[in-house]
Amino acid sequence: MATYIQIGSTVTVGAGGAANIDFTSIPSTYTDLVVKVCGRTNRAAVFDDILISFNGSTASFTGRELYGDGAAAASITTARAASIATGANATASTFGNSEIYVPNYAGSANKSFSVDGVQETNATTAYAIMIAGLWSNTAAINQVTLTPSVGTLFSQYSTASLYGISKS
Amino acid sequence: MADTKIIVNCETGEVSEVELTAEEIKQREADAIAYAKAKADEEQAAAEKAEAKAAIADRLGLTPDELALLFA
Repeated sequence: MATYIQIGSTVTVGAGGAANIDFTSIPSTYTDLVVKVCGRTNRAAVFDDILISFNGSTASFTGRELYGDGAAAASITTARAASIATGANATASTFGNSEIYVPNYAGSANKSFSVDGVQETNATTAYAIMIAGLWSNTAAINQVTLTPSVGTLFSQYSTASLYGISKS
Repeated sequence: MADTKIIVNCETGEVSEVELTAEEIKQREADAIAYAKAKADEEQAAAEKAEAKAAIADRLGLTPDELALLFA
């Protein structure tokens, strides 16, 4: 049975905001990684994407995103998009919630990741996303960094938690 | 106040908040520009595709709905 084990602490962004959230020195002792993100950014819009990078690298990312906003659905190519967040114009005190799954993160193959996420809101339009992503790099992942895509800061009370999946 | 980042050292459990380096600020700006360009390119491609479809429908004397029905 797979077991979730939290690695490090849950990050809660303080009043001044944070430009990014960085999990470093990730041990390679688990099978898979899971990042759970509850995000809001200072982008002047109802939503923002959150970008991921591994080991400090922003290169060699590709992906495909399916999204729906309550009225229409579409798919787009992506690179480092890995979560949905609310923006500054979204309903107050709402966040975007996503889970990023990174299988075999310490192996020697290229690293894939999958994402599902939804946006909280009291408005009609709200995004739900699914992403299939790939980091074409064979290095073991020892660092995961989350960054707002257009906004410059995560807003207060955004959180991120990292878990290792153990086979036993 | 300078922008900061939150670092969780998973080995020690230590959480720290440090200022961004000039390189990180530059990277962040480059990321935002790249994202905006990618979105704009996608929107333009979608608009061009819709326009081309409408032109074909017009040539065939079909409405866009009738054309969509043909490929449904």
